[in-house]
This record gives sequence, C-alpha cells and structure tokens, in this order.
Amino acid sequence: MEDLSLHILDIAENAIAAGAQNITISLEENEANNSLILQLRDDGKGMDEYTRRKSLDPFFTTKQEKKIGLGLPLLAQACREVEGSLEIDSEPGKGTTVTARMKLNHIDRKPLGDIGSTVMTLISGNPKINIKFRYKHNEQNFELDTRDIKSQFGEEALSLPEVLISIRDNINKATVNLPH
Amino acid sequence: MGKLTIQELEKLREKAREQLKLRTTGETRGKIIVHMGTCGISAGARDVLSALLEAIEKKGIKDIIVTTSGCAGMCSREPMATVELAGQPPVKYVDLDKDKIVRILEEHVIGGKIVKEYALGIGSERVG
Repeated sequence: MEDLSLHILDIAENAIAAGAQNITISLEENEANNSLILQLRDDGKGMDEYTRRKSLDPFFTTKQEKKIGLGLPLLAQACREVEGSLEIDSEPGKGTTVTARMKLNHIDRKPLGDIGSTVMTLISGNPKINIKFRYKHNEQNFELDTRDIKSQFGEEALSLPEVLISIRDNINKATVNLPH
Repeated sequence: MGKLTIQELEKLREKAREQLKLRTTGETRGKIIVHMGTCGISAGARDVLSALLEAIEKKGIKDIIVTTSGCAGMCSREPMATVELAGQPPVKYVDLDKDKIVRILEEHVIGGKIVKEYALGIGSERVG
C-alpha cells in the first residue's frame, strides 16, 4: 500500500465484509504531541479472541478461497516502521475497533494520500451503510456523516457521481493540513 | 474547517434533486462493479473507480450504477471490473487502469461492443 488512505479503504472493506452498518473513520493529527492516530470503528460481527490474535498473521484469513490475509498485517507493519503501534479491540456481535498510532513527523510515515477518494469509494459501493469521517488537526475539527446527507437528500443521492465527487473534494479540502 | 457549510449542502441538494429527477424517469442500463479487495486496492482499483465516476459525471450518464465487490480470487489480474448490462451476460475485465476503464465505458457500456483485449471472460460474478 502506497499511502494511509489505501490502508483505511482496505480495513473499512473488512468492516463491510463483516456486516457493519455503521463505520467511523477518525484521523487525529496533533503536532504538539507529534502523533497521528487513525481509528476505524465498526459494528460488524466482530472477532473472537483467537481470530483477533491471528488477524495480524499474514498467513491467516477467514476467507475460504484464499490462504493469506494481508490487510491488517500491512497496516501493522506501516505502524512499526514509524515507531507506532496497532491495536485491535473486538468482541463477537459487537464490532471491531482498529487503532493505528504513528509518529507524525517520522521520515518513514506514509503520506495520507487521497483520503477523499477512499471515502468516496466506500460510499459508492455501500450507500446503505452509514459512514462517518472525522478529522482533527490540533484543535480544529471536520466531520462528514452520510446520515446527514441521506436525511437531506435521500439514500439515492449517495449513488450519484456528482454527489460522490463533491464529498471527495470536500474531504480533501478539509484534510489539506496533513501532507497528501 | 468544520462540518459541510450550508452553501455546500445547498449545492449538493440541488445536484441531487436534479439528478434524481432524471434518474427516476428512465430505466437502469446496467451496473459496473469494481473489485475492491486488498489485492485490488494495492493494484490501483480505487483510481479505476474514481476515473469511472468522473467519466460518468463528465458524460452526463444517468442510468449506470457503479458499485464495488471483494476479491474475485484472481489477485494477479487486479484491478478488475465486471460489466453487467441489462439482458446480457456479465463481462469480467482484468489488468485495468484509468484509461482502460474509460474505454470500456465508452465502447462497451455506451457503444455495446465488448472490449475483447481487456476481457478475461464472460460469466457470473463470484463474490469473495
């Protein structure tokens, strides 16, 4: 994966495969603490303790047709490379929260990338799922919740390319502080 | 920064209303599914989907649904997409990039002619 936004897309696709109806993606950038915290929270089917522990093993997957599962191990590696950490909290029937912590100014930290396209892709493929995107830069906040858009314009609006492109551009404009 | 501004929401609302009006008057021509597994994402599937949405917006196409699916089990041929047009068997395309998906949109989806050089085969979708 070239950048963090691709990791985020990949982990969120796991949440969708786990039957999540609500996904929250949070990015918290704090220059004073030199920290970048990326968190994905879902209300999918969750994992038991054995699966949770094995989820960082690249040769473990819950999928029948494959023998490898690279999504979480790749993100864990991206964290390790920048003196960070990856935590996975999960409970069957309740959902999963993945938290990646990184040193913000570490020379090997991957750039954020096109986070707007990541959110656009998730919404485009899954308009029924509620997706919330939060970005915090020091004390400033940005938040986009597809529930707000659905309640204003109806669910069908989230299938329209014009609306999806507007969402992408808004997010990329808001996250401009974090190098893309 | 903050939540979307009122003006931005108003713009979105206008666009959505306009598009929905057009959409509800016609039937859907078909569906394009971009495969979005770990393999697809690493190989550039998100860029393929972005290019597709931008081309659909630019051309003003109102009757095509764009969606995503998981890994189709052929990771080495990603990015992949499946075109399902009404009344026709699905066509799976492999080794895609931004330009190829736009060509598929123009020649297959709009023009009705399968782009054989990018096609893997014709058959049902397998969801991973």
